[in-house]
Amino acid sequence: MKTSNLITALAADAARPVVPQSRYWLAAALAAVVVAAIVFFATIGPRPDIAAAAGTPRFLFKFVVTLALAGSALFVLDRLARPGAARRGSLGWLLAAPALLAAAIGVELLTQPEAQWQMLAVGKNSVVCLTYIPVIGIGPLALFILALRRGAPTRPGLAGLVAGFVAGGIAATLYAAHCTDDSPLFVATWYTLAVAMLGAAGGVAGRLFVRW
Amino acid sequence: MSADHETRLAGLLRAALDGDETAYAEFLGLVAALVRPVARRKLGAGIGTDPEDIVQETLLAIHLKRHTWRSDAPVMPWVYAIARYKIIDVYRRRGGRVELDIEDFAETLPAQASEAASERDIGRALDGLAAGQRRVVAAISVEGRSISETAQALGMKETAVRVALHRGLAAIAARFGRSET
Repeated sequence: MKTSNLITALAADAARPVVPQSRYWLAAALAAVVVAAIVFFATIGPRPDIAAAAGTPRFLFKFVVTLALAGSALFVLDRLARPGAARRGSLGWLLAAPALLAAAIGVELLTQPEAQWQMLAVGKNSVVCLTYIPVIGIGPLALFILALRRGAPTRPGLAGLVAGFVAGGIAATLYAAHCTDDSPLFVATWYTLAVAMLGAAGGVAGRLFVRW
Repeated sequence: MSADHETRLAGLLRAALDGDETAYAEFLGLVAALVRPVARRKLGAGIGTDPEDIVQETLLAIHLKRHTWRSDAPVMPWVYAIARYKIIDVYRRRGGRVELDIEDFAETLPAQASEAASERDIGRALDGLAAGQRRVVAAISVEGRSISETAQALGMKETAVRVALHRGLAAIAARFGRSET
């Protein structure tokens, strides 16, 4: 086909309404939260003493970190899905959650006796954490990969990795309501590992399914 | 060229996203003129891919992904990133690598190169389509009919013509990606 003919055909298709990329993210995010919540409540559910825990800063701060991760990663994901939009500066947003966590670790180390540090980091729930954050997050990851397919990421593997971080942030937010290990040392160790697993899965999924 | 070009292209694409077909055709023509010299230079020797295929693949990608442009963002980096992705993709499918910087685009003079005069085989792009889609895409692209003329000629509803056109174009884009593996 001659290029001029192709342009004629493309122009004739221009009247078709365009769905903004932000609409796909919104749909994916809403569905992801619903799917993650269903899996969470059907499996582990919130901890029994959640009302009492809600009054403690260490418990609440877990949500600051996980929500910061989900939000910042979604922002970066949007940039990665738009050709030419991801500059180095936008990738820097991914440091938001780690920076918050690092600050909290600083406070933790100042306020907790050194003899406790190792116990706080190891915690009691590491296996549950490494199991259920990926289990809760895998559905959301699939949804964000689907939404990413509507986008145009020029680095599909990187975009998939970040989609895994978004899913990990959502899953970790729910998981944090279950877990009784509230130390930032525990969060930095096990949540990070669990989110990295989702990130790795997302990276592979991005390379396999998000070519365009 | 940059600042003027940027303003002009962005204006045309904004109008196109509001449904202005004439503006869209002009926008795509300008994009083709921008991408063509880069594709020729990069695919010059022995890769076995017609540079015009890259131009067409880029236009199809721009069309199908036009919702990924934010109307308050510059349009040229968006166009270049898509073209770059498509050129690199051709090399990747052939197991090679290509270095391609944004400067490759900046050097180009959009007006100088025109489409190769050789009549390209219409069958190549349309062959893979289902019969109904092929008739619609051919009527509009090759015969230059409007949507309503095509609907009349083929005895279809206009909405059915629009759907067949859109699906046909998406199928051509998908086929481009597979054809050289």
